[in-house]
Amino acid sequence: MSVLVVLEQTNGQFHRMGWEAVAAAKELGLPVSIAAIGPAGEAAGKGVEKVYAIEHADLASYSADGYTEALAQLIRSVNPRFVVFPHTYQVRDYAPKLATRFGRVLVSDVVKLKAEGGKTIAVRQLFQGKLNADYALGAEGPGFLSIQAGAYRADAAGTGSPEVVPFAPQIAPGTIRVKAEAPFRESSRAVDLTAADIIVSVGRGIKEQENIALVEELAAALGGEIAASRPICDAGWLPMERQVGSSGQTVSPKVYIAVGISGAIQHQVGMKGSKTIVAINKDPDAPIFEVADYGIVGDLFEVVPALTEAVKKLKG
Amino acid sequence: MKIVVALKQVPSRDSALHVPPGESWIDESDLTFEVNEPDAYALEAALQLKEEHGGEVVVVTAGSEGASASIREALAKGADRAVHIEEEGLHTADTLAVATLLANAIRSESPDLILTGLQSDDLGSGQTGVVLAELLGLPSATIIMAVELQGAAIRVKRELEDGWFQHVTLPLPAVLTIQSGINKLRYATLMGIKKAKTKEVRSLTAADLGGVPASQVACEAVYLPGRAKQTQLLDGDAETAAAALADKLKFEVRVI
Ligand SMILES: Cc1cc2nc3c(=O)[nH]c(=O)nc-3n(C[C@H](O)[C@H](O)[C@H](O)COP(=O)(O)OP(=O)(O)OC[C@H]3O[C@@H](n4cnc5c(N)ncnc54)[C@H](O)[C@@H]3O)c2cc1C
Ligand SMILES: Nc1ncnc2c1ncn2[C@@H]1O[C@H](COP(=O)(O)O)[C@@H](O)[C@H]1O
Repeated sequence: MSVLVVLEQTNGQFHRMGWEAVAAAKELGLPVSIAAIGPAGEAAGKGVEKVYAIEHADLASYSADGYTEALAQLIRSVNPRFVVFPHTYQVRDYAPKLATRFGRVLVSDVVKLKAEGGKTIAVRQLFQGKLNADYALGAEGPGFLSIQAGAYRADAAGTGSPEVVPFAPQIAPGTIRVKAEAPFRESSRAVDLTAADIIVSVGRGIKEQENIALVEELAAALGGEIAASRPICDAGWLPMERQVGSSGQTVSPKVYIAVGISGAIQHQVGMKGSKTIVAINKDPDAPIFEVADYGIVGDLFEVVPALTEAVKKLKG
Repeated sequence: MKIVVALKQVPSRDSALHVPPGESWIDESDLTFEVNEPDAYALEAALQLKEEHGGEVVVVTAGSEGASASIREALAKGADRAVHIEEEGLHTADTLAVATLLANAIRSESPDLILTGLQSDDLGSGQTGVVLAELLGLPSATIIMAVELQGAAIRVKRELEDGWFQHVTLPLPAVLTIQSGINKLRYATLMGIKKAKTKEVRSLTAADLGGVPASQVACEAVYLPGRAKQTQLLDGDAETAAAALADKLKFEVRVI
C-alpha cells in the first residue's frame, strides 16, 4: 500500500504545487512515492520512498493522451492505494481521463485530507468556496485525488534521498491524437500590476460598466492601480491585462482592496500574497473574508464613494 | 455538423445558501436557478459554429424537472432540440456517475463535437467533459478560449496558467471544455422564445440510460468553511466604516 504523487514539470522546472501535493499525500499515512514525467531532478532530494522517472520521446511535450497512457502503465505496475495530483490546469486536462481509464472517480480540487474513524475524508469546496463538503473515500483503490493550490505547504514535502527508478512506458503509434503547438503569451503587457504598491480590484458586484468609474476614483485618490476579477475582463469592462488570478497576474502589493469580489480560489491565488488585504462585500460569508485583514460588510455603492472621500480628506 | 452541448442548471450566483441542520445539501426550495456560466459560453460557441458551418445544436441536461427552464432558454437562443435526463438529487452522484449518464444519452446522437463548460458553479469538479470524452473514446482539450473548424479537425486555443496560451488541433469527433469569456453571449429574442415552444425536448429517465451508477465517494457533510484569518471588520454606516478604514490605511498599513 502506497501513495503515488504525480508531479508536473516544464523544461526541467517542477511546478511548485507538486510539492504541496506531496505534503498532502503524507496525510494519508502511507509511504509516498513520486512519479515524474521526465528526469527526477529536484524530486530526487525530497522526503519520499521512490521517484519513478518516466522517460519516453513522445512525452517530451505534454499531451493528455500520452500522459494518460504512460501514467496508466506506471499505476498498473506500482498498484498504489492513492494517486495524488496538484490541481493544475494540466492536471485538469488529463487526470479525469486517467481515473476514468481505471473506472475510478477523481476527487478534484481537494483542500484537506483527514482520517476520521477509519475513513479517509477529502474536503472540497462547493459553490466557488462558499461552502465546504466532506467526501468519504471508498475502500477500493486506486483513489484519485487532486489538491488545490495553496492548501498544503510546499516545504512540508521534506527532504531525503529516495531511490530513483527509471520507467519506460510503451506508447503505440497513434495514441496521441491531439497535435500541440508551442505555448505563447498574448502581446506584451502594457500594465505591470506586479510593481504596484496599491491595487484596487473590482469584481462583478459592480454590476455595470459605468460603475467602474467609482472604483477608478478610489484608485486615483489612493494613487494605486486598478485591477479586476475575471468576469469584468471577460465582459470587456477592463482590459485582460488587469485581470488578477490563476489565468491573469499574480500580485503582492502593500495593500489589495477587493471591491465586490467573492474570492473564488482562482482569484485568491493571484492576490493572497498581498501584505494587506481589504474586502468590501455585502455578503459576510463571501470567501474573500477568509483572506482579508480588514473588511467592510456593506453595499459597495455606499462604501466606495465614502472611502474615496475619507482618503481625500486624510491626504488633505 | 452536429454539436452536443452539455448544459447544467445551477443555483443563481447571488443565492443565500443554507444547509438545514442534520442534512448534507443546501435547501433548494427558495432558490432561483440559472444556466451554469461557462455552459452559456459553450452554447454560444456551438451556435456560432452552426451559423458559420451549418448543422444542428443539441442540448443535453441531466437534472430535476426544474432544469427545463434552462433548457427552454437554450432553445430560445437557437439550440435546435434538447435531451433532458430527468433525475432528482444528482448532487449525490459523483462525476463519473453523471458523466456516464450523459455519455449514455449522447452516444446514440453520434455528434461531431461535444462542448461542455469547464466547471460547474455548484459542484465545481471541473472534469465532467474530460470524463465524458474518455467514456466515449474521444480526444479532448480543456479550458478553451477559441475554436476554429478545419475540415475534419478543430484547432482550439487552450488557456494555460499565468497568462499563457497554446493552440492544439484535435481530430473530430472531439470534446472541448469551454472557458467563460470565449465569446459574447447573445440574448434570446422574442421570436426565439416563441419558436422554442415548438422545439423537441426528449425526456429520459436515468433508468432509460441504464440507471445512475453507484458513487464511489459519499458526501457526508456540507458546512460553512471556518475562517483561517481574523478579519478586522469595520462597523457602522458606510461613512463611519469608510472613515475607520481610511484611518487604518494611513496609520496601520501606511499607504496614505
Ligand atoms: C480555470 C479557471 C480559471 C479562472 N481564472 C480566474 C482568474 O484568473 N481570475 C479571476 O478573478 N477568476 C478566475 N476564474 C473565475 C473564478 O472562479 C470566479 O468565477 C471569479 O473570480 C468570480 O468573480 P467575482 O468575484 O467578481 O464574481 P462573483 O463570484 O459573482 O462575486 C461577486 C461578489 O460581489 C458581491 N456583491 C454584489 N453586489 C454587491 C454590492 N452592491 N456591494 C458589495 N458587494 C457586492 C457579492 O456578494 C459577491 O461576493 C477562473 C475560473 C476557472 C474555472
Ligand atoms: N448534470 C449535468 N447535466 C449537463 N451537463 C453537465 C452536468 N454536470 C456537469 N455538466 C457539464 O460538465 C461541465 C463541468 O462540470 P463539473 O465537472 O461538475 O465541474 C459543466 O460545465 C457542464 O457543461
